[in-house]
Amino acid sequence: MSRIQAAFERLKREGRPAFIPYVMAGDPDLSTTRQIVLALARGGADLVELGVPFSDPLADGPVIQRAAARALESGTTIAGIFRLVRDLRRETQVPIVLMTYYNPVLQHGLDRTVRDARRSGVDGFIIPDLTPEEAGPWRKTLRGTGIDFICLAAPTTPPDRLKTLGRVSSGFLYYVSLTGVTGASLADESELRRQVGRVRRAVSLPVAVGFGIKSAQQAAQVGAFADGVIVGSALVSRIESAGRNKAAASAGRFARAVSSNLRASR
Amino acid sequence: MGESVNRKSRSFLSPKHLPDASGHFGPYGGRFVPETLVPALMELDREYAKARREKSFRRELAFLLREFVGRPTPLYFAERLTRELGGPKIYLKREDLCHTGAHKINNTIGQALLARRMGKRRVIAETGAGQHGVATAAVAARFGLACDVYMGTEDMSRQALNVFRMRLLGARVVPVDIGSRTLKDAISEAMRDWTANVRTTHYILGSVLGPHPYPMMVRDFQKVIGIEARRQILKAEGRLPDLLVACVGGGSNAMGLFFPFLRDRSVKMIGVEAGGLGIKTGKHAARFAAGRIGAFQGTMTVLLQDREGQVKVTHSVSAGLDYSAVGPEHAYYRDARRIEYTSVTDSDALEAFQLLSQTEGIMPALESAHAVAQIRKLAPRLPRKSVVIVNLSGRGDKDVQQAAEILEGKNAR
Repeated sequence: MSRIQAAFERLKREGRPAFIPYVMAGDPDLSTTRQIVLALARGGADLVELGVPFSDPLADGPVIQRAAARALESGTTIAGIFRLVRDLRRETQVPIVLMTYYNPVLQHGLDRTVRDARRSGVDGFIIPDLTPEEAGPWRKTLRGTGIDFICLAAPTTPPDRLKTLGRVSSGFLYYVSLTGVTGASLADESELRRQVGRVRRAVSLPVAVGFGIKSAQQAAQVGAFADGVIVGSALVSRIESAGRNKAAASAGRFARAVSSNLRASR
Repeated sequence: MGESVNRKSRSFLSPKHLPDASGHFGPYGGRFVPETLVPALMELDREYAKARREKSFRRELAFLLREFVGRPTPLYFAERLTRELGGPKIYLKREDLCHTGAHKINNTIGQALLARRMGKRRVIAETGAGQHGVATAAVAARFGLACDVYMGTEDMSRQALNVFRMRLLGARVVPVDIGSRTLKDAISEAMRDWTANVRTTHYILGSVLGPHPYPMMVRDFQKVIGIEARRQILKAEGRLPDLLVACVGGGSNAMGLFFPFLRDRSVKMIGVEAGGLGIKTGKHAARFAAGRIGAFQGTMTVLLQDREGQVKVTHSVSAGLDYSAVGPEHAYYRDARRIEYTSVTDSDALEAFQLLSQTEGIMPALESAHAVAQIRKLAPRLPRKSVVIVNLSGRGDKDVQQAAEILEGKNAR
């Protein structure tokens, strides 16, 4: 069982949803990211998503675009992110998922990416521009490694395709709460509840919901019916305004708020 | 007739089979997009496949190309240019005479018809030089569709006239002030808009780029250039041309001209990329000179990137060629050695811009001037009896101010 699967099993027994914060690795630099991840883990994160910066992030809104630009400015590379995770593994066993566009993985090399992920202790990958149809070579490389490939599903995804995504995905399925980019405004709650219900019936994996969850209150609302809640832009924008020295403390405070709200959500 | 068509061509010369059903041209092409867009691309693929088989769709498209766009465009024998260069007979395919001033409208008119079929009342587009934006704005006006055009602020300042034209045609021009503020950032923003509004909006992508079915569909809408040119040259010369030359940004005008000749093995083809300040300076957009395969903006293709896979910022005097990636089908035919690619510099293009203006009374777009510059280089080495077609993809009116600034600035020094 992968570290991600184990986390969801445990949460299921405890009867609470997973809190999955997202931060951009290298924003503003990798040593700050290290502090932030540790603060998130202490603050109650059940999984951590680490963004790999890309020059042209198609699925991201302005907050994460700016974070990517700052991370690239500080010289962040995928190799540096693997080193960061290896260091983090001495201090935390929180499952870590890399969220990256396909090209940085492709240029690092599929085999080399998977080898580095295993050595450093990365548990899974979310690749928003790699659909199941194009994922053949990547999935072949992952086979037998225990590293999860987490697919995304969207409100526009038709039922038969949901089933395909459920089969291809492992660890959990990432449900994009809205038709739009990261950081946009969340859809109507009852509609989202209905949508998540539709997805959960179609797949056997845990379903985590992301895009557009802005506050601890909203997280709790979504946590009432999803297996996991992903908070990205709202956290990244706190890190942006806190600045380098206060970033980790600010991230930790936010994590504690979201996580205690989530514990009370069911 | 001297037409020689080799019917036993190798498989790569059977373009009817490309792309495959999932949109691949060998290792290139495909669909690398956020999941939200996949159903829309599937719908577009289905709707386009249905439409192209329908007589009524083809008839309406043909009618609009004739009456609204002004096709067929002439294949013009450039007699004075031919004499000036002292080489082969040079014909110009006059896409600059299309309504709105460039070949772009061949594609936008087709996609507007598709948008209407799919019940989408709003269209969006990206634009570099502004030609695709103007062509989209014009068809949106013609069909009564709402229209937003994304344009980098850097391009807005060098193509101010086209910004005004789009607004006059009723479109909203959305400034894109991120990244390099040029075409690639405009495409990213257009795709983000599409992701958010996919249920009501059709994205009219302007070149043979992006996720399947765009490279195939845009090529199909543009191949009218080559179909006409083939018929026209057979009529004028009684034989096929020896060489075709076209500029390549994304590569839609080049693919449009080349595609109907791919099976004619005697016809050589050269795509001309933007050499900018020279390949060695790193300030250029010559993907085939310095690029590698990668996944970018929806497709697998050859692109300019660093070791980490971060996409590089390009440079060209011509906004329409200033882009980091090339259409996937071009990458395929480069590997297959069916099409040859080269580049010319900004200053070569500016000289060609003046040369064509002064020998033929035709001002080419700076994009098309790259193709003219290439034939200018090659002509002295080609036999006089050979026949060349240069695709004059657009007219230069939009570039006059920029050219004046550069040329008069130079003279003043």
